[in-house]
Amino acid sequence: MAAVLVLAIIAGIAYTMATAPNLRWEAVGHFLFQRLILQGIVITLELTALAMLIGIVLGAIVAVMRLSPNPVVSSVSWCYIWFFRGTPVLVQIFFWYNLATVLPYVGLGIPFTPIHWQAPTNSLIAPFMAATLGLGLNEAAYMAEIVRAGIISVEHGQTEAAQALGMTRLLVMRRIVLPQAMRVIIPPTGNETISMLKTSSLAFVASVPELFTRSQQIASANYDVIELAIVASIWYLAMTSILTVGQYYLERYFGRGSLRELPPTPLQRFRRMLLTFHAPPPMPPDVAPPGPAVPGSEHR
Amino acid sequence: MVSSSSGASSRPSARAGVEVRLEDLKRRYAGVTALDGLSLTLAPGELVALLGPSGCGKTTALRLVAGLEETDGGRVVFGGEDVTNVPANKREIGMVFQAYSLFPHMTAMQNVAFGMQLHRVGVAERRKRASDMLELVGLSPHAHKYAHQLSGGQQQRVALARALAIKPKVLLLDEPLSALDAKVRARLRDEIRRVQLEVGTTTLFVTHDQEEALAIADRVGVMQSGRLEQLGPPMTVYSRPATPFVASFVGLTNRLNGVVRDGAVEVRGTRLPLVQTDATNGPAVALVRPEAVTLAGEGDSTPGPLNGTVIATAFLGATSRVTVDLGDVTVLAQLATSDAAAHPAGTRVRLALRPDPVLIERDEAAPDHG
Ligand SMILES: Nc1ncnc2c1ncn2[C@@H]1O[C@H](COP(=O)(O)OP(=O)(O)OP(=O)(O)O)[C@@H](O)[C@H]1O
Ligand SMILES: [Mg+2]
Repeated sequence: MAAVLVLAIIAGIAYTMATAPNLRWEAVGHFLFQRLILQGIVITLELTALAMLIGIVLGAIVAVMRLSPNPVVSSVSWCYIWFFRGTPVLVQIFFWYNLATVLPYVGLGIPFTPIHWQAPTNSLIAPFMAATLGLGLNEAAYMAEIVRAGIISVEHGQTEAAQALGMTRLLVMRRIVLPQAMRVIIPPTGNETISMLKTSSLAFVASVPELFTRSQQIASANYDVIELAIVASIWYLAMTSILTVGQYYLERYFGRGSLRELPPTPLQRFRRMLLTFHAPPPMPPDVAPPGPAVPGSEHR
Repeated sequence: MVSSSSGASSRPSARAGVEVRLEDLKRRYAGVTALDGLSLTLAPGELVALLGPSGCGKTTALRLVAGLEETDGGRVVFGGEDVTNVPANKREIGMVFQAYSLFPHMTAMQNVAFGMQLHRVGVAERRKRASDMLELVGLSPHAHKYAHQLSGGQQQRVALARALAIKPKVLLLDEPLSALDAKVRARLRDEIRRVQLEVGTTTLFVTHDQEEALAIADRVGVMQSGRLEQLGPPMTVYSRPATPFVASFVGLTNRLNGVVRDGAVEVRGTRLPLVQTDATNGPAVALVRPEAVTLAGEGDSTPGPLNGTVIATAFLGATSRVTVDLGDVTVLAQLATSDAAAHPAGTRVRLALRPDPVLIERDEAAPDHG
């Protein structure tokens, strides 16, 4: 009964929206595949990918540092997490974007040698760069905690067994601990990626022409604000849906070795269901359906 | 290299082993002394079995030799080189852990082949050696399964193959056969011994199972409370236990009340020589092996210190273990099966004690028979 009620409410809202007098659905359709929007999507994807790349690589480094027996190294790592997790991303992007106003030049040099290199901050930290740095450095703080949780979830006996085989600390980490930590690391990382895809819209404050910025630029010209927000939402939804599916298969891959048998994928389950439908009606419910789609096909 | 210990000379010739010396090793955990000055020298290529009750520090000893744990005192020396501060990955050891510790994200084959990768063995050679090792432990059909798809005993065998595959200088085995059935256990025990002799690896083998220890070790070390109680060839440990603890831990013993007088102990009318020749006069408990209890003749109903009634017989093959009720105590006697068969339960027998040197115990709290 509750289900009927819920469905009725949803239908009501959908009807109200679909028939809203000032909502121009044809505009939504028109802008959905507009070139500017599609270009915005590419930039959103680039921003997400780069920020996650920085986040994961740097996060892994910060996590390993955090677990270091050296107190200086682990404190540096702790401070990094404390700082980047404790300030809003929006402010961080803003900071990088406006760095040139307080620090017109950045340079690299080796002290006491004539070797010196310098460039104007503005040309180095372009808007895209500012947003990528802001998002990536912030993400690294969160990823560090995720990776750390993954590493400490791997039983210490694994490290010992690998050391007994002669492996160095670094190799133990790379070949034994991290692959097993993945099982714990992947699900929240998937969440982070999905979240990043949407958070990347904050690049708006650095005038990066990503999806949301583009949709708002168009809206400021034609006043179809809601319509363009819907366009952006549809695209964000589509992209997060694809990521969700990707995450599922990634989790499956890293889950091998932890279960005696992997559960079937939705596709396998779907095919099994179809076979069940085609099977003759009188069938005991607990008998596995016959056919090639049942287990075995899982182990490639 | 000089071995300070006795009995090592009976060891077959070895090719590649190193001498392993544990010198006064100490290890404390919060409140618990796991190792209390353990000293032990393994000659190159020797197999020493460590035997002892649960919690006596066997695993701790192995972990210190492996370098997985820091010492609170003492040294570990491999072939004259002090390795006390050398990390585990530089010690060239092979280890089988009590908890197996297979890598779950790798198949059985990958687990075995993995260690060799670091030892600069070519891919083809690696694959071949890994499958040979799996063959050796009888797991070829399971080579491509992940650890969680293997039974406990199968996992243990993969762990053994993994440790042997890298041809280590020193092999450390922590109850490597505990999860196996008697038949596989006996076969693998002999395989370990064969491979070990072939390669000449110096091996420290921890086990609960005294039969296993006595069967394959060059020498057996019996531990209690973090110390070595006795170290010697299996025969010696069994037939000449150095302490009452060893006597009662290895094999079966009868605990019989007696009186020490003039360098011998008088037990139920028989004078037995003493192992502890410096024992003072007075009451004591003598530890008498079942083999030292012999059949003296048919019993009659007349009471005598060693006359009694057979109450149970366990056939062991050529010999049988007979339980005899002497009235105030029961004793175990190991008799020829033909003699045992002639005296079924309920019949009277007259026993005798063979005058082998015996150990005595003077623990007030100890019960007077067992
Ligand atoms: N990490 C630890 N922290 C505290 N106590 C420990 C630790 N490891 C071992 N111990 C204690 O040290 C003692 C020796 O342990 P050890 O594992 O060496 O025993 P063991 O002889 O291998 O026993 P078993 O035959 O049951 O495997 C035990 O009393 C144990 O409780
Ligand atoms: Mg143990």
